[in-house]
Amino acid sequence: MINLLNYPFDSALILRKRRAVRKELMGRTYTKKLRVAVLGGSTTDELINIIELFLLKQGFLPTFYQSEYNKYYEDAVFGNNEFSAFKPDIIYIHTTNINVSQFPAFHTTAEEVEKVFENELFKFQTIWKSLKKYNCPIIQNNFDFPINRSLGNLDAYEIHGKTYFLNRLNLEFAKEAQINSSLFINDINYLAASIGLQNWFDKHIWFTAKYAISFDAIPTLSNNIVNIISAIFGKSKKCLVLDLDNTCWGGVIGDDGLKGIKIGKESASGEAYMAFQNYVKELKLRGVLLAVCSKNEHEIAKEGFTHSDSVLAIEDFTSFKANWNPKHTNLENIASEINIGFDSLVFIDDNAVERNIVESQLPDVSVPDVGNDILNFIEYIEQNGYFETGSLSADDINRNKFYSENQERINELSIFENYQDFLSSLAMEAEIKKFSDVYIDRITQLINKTNQFNLTTKRYTVSEIEAIALSENYIHLYGKLIDKFGDNGLISILIAEIIGDKCVIDTWLMSCRVLKRDMEFAMLDVIVEECKKRNISEILGTYIRTQKNNMVANLYAEFGFELQSGDTDNLTKWRLVLKDYIKKGITIKIN
Amino acid sequence: MTRLEIFEKLQKIFRDIFDDNTLVITDTTNSSDIDEWDSLNHINLVVAIEKEMGIKFSFEELAILKNVGAMVDLMLQKK
Repeated sequence: MINLLNYPFDSALILRKRRAVRKELMGRTYTKKLRVAVLGGSTTDELINIIELFLLKQGFLPTFYQSEYNKYYEDAVFGNNEFSAFKPDIIYIHTTNINVSQFPAFHTTAEEVEKVFENELFKFQTIWKSLKKYNCPIIQNNFDFPINRSLGNLDAYEIHGKTYFLNRLNLEFAKEAQINSSLFINDINYLAASIGLQNWFDKHIWFTAKYAISFDAIPTLSNNIVNIISAIFGKSKKCLVLDLDNTCWGGVIGDDGLKGIKIGKESASGEAYMAFQNYVKELKLRGVLLAVCSKNEHEIAKEGFTHSDSVLAIEDFTSFKANWNPKHTNLENIASEINIGFDSLVFIDDNAVERNIVESQLPDVSVPDVGNDILNFIEYIEQNGYFETGSLSADDINRNKFYSENQERINELSIFENYQDFLSSLAMEAEIKKFSDVYIDRITQLINKTNQFNLTTKRYTVSEIEAIALSENYIHLYGKLIDKFGDNGLISILIAEIIGDKCVIDTWLMSCRVLKRDMEFAMLDVIVEECKKRNISEILGTYIRTQKNNMVANLYAEFGFELQSGDTDNLTKWRLVLKDYIKKGITIKIN
Repeated sequence: MTRLEIFEKLQKIFRDIFDDNTLVITDTTNSSDIDEWDSLNHINLVVAIEKEMGIKFSFEELAILKNVGAMVDLMLQKK
């Protein structure tokens, strides 16, 4: 039944079976609670019902605050006790073109039109500004187009046109979101276009029940909202794993040979495979890792990417497994080679049997049921929102580079006598400093996606990190690491709260791409320095076990902390008395 | 389609919407008989019936859909 929530959606069935699907989802266990405030400009009851399903599917256990009918503005700007007490983790503003207070009247002058436009924009700017006090991400719909336009085509380009007016508003919303990192646009303008305005808006349900979108559109909209929420809270996937034959090109390279496979402009299907490769290449260029998992002879398989029309090249893949092992074994190897969890992998294969085996052996890997028609593959990747992202940081764009530099480091490793020699040879330099504005996005992103080297696995929003960065009661450090192969970027974060003469570690995490480089000891040295400056006598630390962070279970012990209590294995408490602290000799040069 | 066939389809829709596989409806079943049959779920029922039967109710017809019997009659008439 939960499969109903995978693309493509049968809206009627989802709505009809909603309770049964919910019951099934509630049988799972949840660790992540989420308080969602929905401020609606129209009826939102069924929308919230379906958003709940998609959130549950993503592993969130949501509770909702729902504004009274069409009270989005009042709730946002004037607030009310219930809303404030709710303390939302995220706010969703469900407004559509019917919530525009005033469109320009046809007889008005250009100046008057401008005034009307500014008033409307100001209304929403006031909403966003007022909601800032909740310190949480805000998801705001942009505008869909009205289904009717009395000006006809002129509506799109006359200054009094509604379509023109909404297009202008959408552009201003986009600009606002570019500079406000807590504001996320839910692009209903695209959604409505994608399913068609006639399917998006239902006059009947609008006049009878004041739903500003059709019931048919509710699952599509809910999915889109939850994709944004998942990205904000670090649930996006990291790596796209591709089969080769009939996925990256048409035909079987082992049988048809390099000249026989279909890729390129020679045929319609060759163009379709090329279009798929183009899309995958774009994903790669914006930071998604690529891997190959195929049953093939390694050398022959590689040859496919030397085809003159192949968009993807062998270097685009961070991991390349073409052999005769079972695919789930290869996927396991890919995950450990890249050092990411199974739940960060998306596997695309045209063969239903292979998909099925992988799905049953590795339930955490996402295996969309793409069918065997290359034309549909992109839709499955996109509509399931696997690689949704809230921002495009420079580190995302460079991520692929980091991983390939890592490969070079591994090669280097083999020629040294011992590991210390190798570390010295890297000529590592770290920058460990207080949080600063330019890094807030990256810091938040890293906090929300790091699972393995993470002592407490706490998650924070941009606004919360901004608040911590400004607070005197916290020591907050980020770490960047450069070595002779390149810049690893910002890879470690430490947040600790000062309580009296004690320093309590709240968050300590590090990207796995710099494991075993002694960077954690560099961070420790710096926090100890910071504590000494503030006359702090001891540092207290907590380790909270999750399914993924076993690698740091003994980190405090390695640091020289004493175990204070470990009532269960799942939570241990540690203490370091600063006067006894001895710096560890590490090869990293700091700041 | 006979009245009985339509009745059976409607029974299935009710069971799905209220997630109760033992729910048995009769001609006189109305919103006071089913706790969760409120105005919001009424919309869900109407949407599901329209989808299942490929019909659309007018505003006037919606106003008279007060019990199961009236629903079946209207569905029979429109089909």
